[in-house]
Amino acid sequence: MTIKESIGDRLLLIFMYAAIIVFALACLIPFVSVISSSLSTETALMKYGFSIFPKEFSLEAFRLLFKDSTIYKAYGVTIFITVVGTVLAMLVTCAMAYPLSLRSLKYRNPITFYVFFTMLFHGGLVSTYILITKYLGMKDSIWVLIIPSLINPFNMFLMRNFFKSIDESLAESAKIDGANDIYIMFRIMLPISLPAIATISLFYALAFWNKWFEAMLFISNKDLFPLQYLIKRILENAEFGKQLAASSFIPNYVTPTLTTRMATTVVTIGPIIFLYPFLQKYFVKGLLVGAVKG
Amino acid sequence: MERTITYQNQSQKREAKSKNSFFREIRKNHLLYLLTLPGILLIFVFAYLPIFGIAIAFQDYNPVKGVFGSAFVGFKNFRFLIGSSEIVKVLFNTVFLNLLFILCGTIVSVSFAIMFSELNSKKFKTITQTMVTLPNFLSWTVVAMIVSVYFTYQGGVLNQILNAIGFESIIFFNEPGYWPLFLVCIKIWHGAGFGSIVYLATISGINPEIYESASMDGASRWKKICYITLPMLKPTIILLLLLALGGIFYGDFGMIYAIVGKNALLYPTTDVIDTYVYRALVDLGNVSMSAAVGVFQSFIGFMLVVTVNQITRKYSPESALY
Repeated sequence: MTIKESIGDRLLLIFMYAAIIVFALACLIPFVSVISSSLSTETALMKYGFSIFPKEFSLEAFRLLFKDSTIYKAYGVTIFITVVGTVLAMLVTCAMAYPLSLRSLKYRNPITFYVFFTMLFHGGLVSTYILITKYLGMKDSIWVLIIPSLINPFNMFLMRNFFKSIDESLAESAKIDGANDIYIMFRIMLPISLPAIATISLFYALAFWNKWFEAMLFISNKDLFPLQYLIKRILENAEFGKQLAASSFIPNYVTPTLTTRMATTVVTIGPIIFLYPFLQKYFVKGLLVGAVKG
Repeated sequence: MERTITYQNQSQKREAKSKNSFFREIRKNHLLYLLTLPGILLIFVFAYLPIFGIAIAFQDYNPVKGVFGSAFVGFKNFRFLIGSSEIVKVLFNTVFLNLLFILCGTIVSVSFAIMFSELNSKKFKTITQTMVTLPNFLSWTVVAMIVSVYFTYQGGVLNQILNAIGFESIIFFNEPGYWPLFLVCIKIWHGAGFGSIVYLATISGINPEIYESASMDGASRWKKICYITLPMLKPTIILLLLLALGGIFYGDFGMIYAIVGKNALLYPTTDVIDTYVYRALVDLGNVSMSAAVGVFQSFIGFMLVVTVNQITRKYSPESALY
């Protein structure tokens, strides 16, 4: 039996579609304007300002950007910390989340509280800074971008809640067959938790990919700058484009400061945008089980 | 006398027994405990050791002598927290901006979750959802770059719009008055779409039969939202508000520092505790004072979470944190 929709219901639905379209466009248009300005000539950008479509098309900014080794080095650093960081973080996180999901583990609650407390109370920036620079000697090391972020309590709890939703008898029957706990985790639990693993991996990957604050605090060696910190520096001092252009002496050459900025931004967000739609379908499923309440 | 001896014996026995069961438990599940070990160690080093480092706030910290050698000065570093007009402003900005972020963010996220749940077209839903969650995946530095495209004086998109409708251009980066509004808009742009997913997950868990029977009784779409969806969302909304409230004394450093940076003209409305502490530490090198502000922040945040959780437990037990 279908019930006929009233006019009010239809109007409400139309309003909802309209609101979503407006918000979705508002989310997308800034990307378009950044991409279009990176493909524009510097003079057009100065003359007409930023726009949705490039007024005078040019690849000069990208050419200049890829001529210099800075961007390649930054890319290398970012890819390294993202790949190594995500793999290690998933290992540490799952290794902690799985035991904490088992009711048979006696000290499950004290350990859970030990993790949870760090979400409530922090030592603050200053003591973390002193610990890392003075006592751990991790300044100017690429590992300072990886090791402190290997476990995120929030992600750990999401993962634990997912493991909790799996029937415990599965692990028990494997145990009766003689499998040990590590075998059970890697060969039984992880393969059936793929949606959750995809979701949490993406969270970690994103955190590593977008890391810049740690770099600003702890890294002064130019060869170890990740992409995001490079962007921050480019935004802070406009000299970057001029430095890049310094090698090419052409009369009446307008240094593409603005467009190189935009090109760097495009290069930075590129991989995420391509990767993201493939992983997006796991989100709701992964979060549904994990996020709300454990 | 005799009685005390037996009492002692008993307690000794009990102690031995509990020690025994501790080792028995460890032996029984040693592989499971081994698995948790890396996480426990990492959390100890990077989350608990800094908590001990709070001692710096009570010291006249000397980098050469370190945490163990510096002189103890009691609450001297905290004294400037009272009465300094700068700190009052920074505190106000932090709380004010956070309240705006939390309120507006929650309202927008919940509304979008409800709207998404009401749509019929699956394809439309997938495409728009992908679009609105996209900004969440950008780092604040990239967002800051985009902000610069929109807000610059010359050629900035906002000024182009202003000019088109007949207004003068505004130098936004010199006008602190506008920035609370801008920051809220940027925050919503960045996070609201993604935030709606959590609510959407809760909505999709609601039994569809409830909606069906409401339709049978002639409830309109609007009534169903008000009397079914919103009440069902309440625990999730409260839980997330609670988590957010605990952080109300933490400014969103990543966001504000990336966007405002070292633009002192905007400090009157955008300087928050975290950016203030960062400057005091890095630019002024004032270690003990920054540590004192940090301790103050953690302490108030902790008290807030505990208090709010207590209140929640009383009125809406299913949304309490612990």
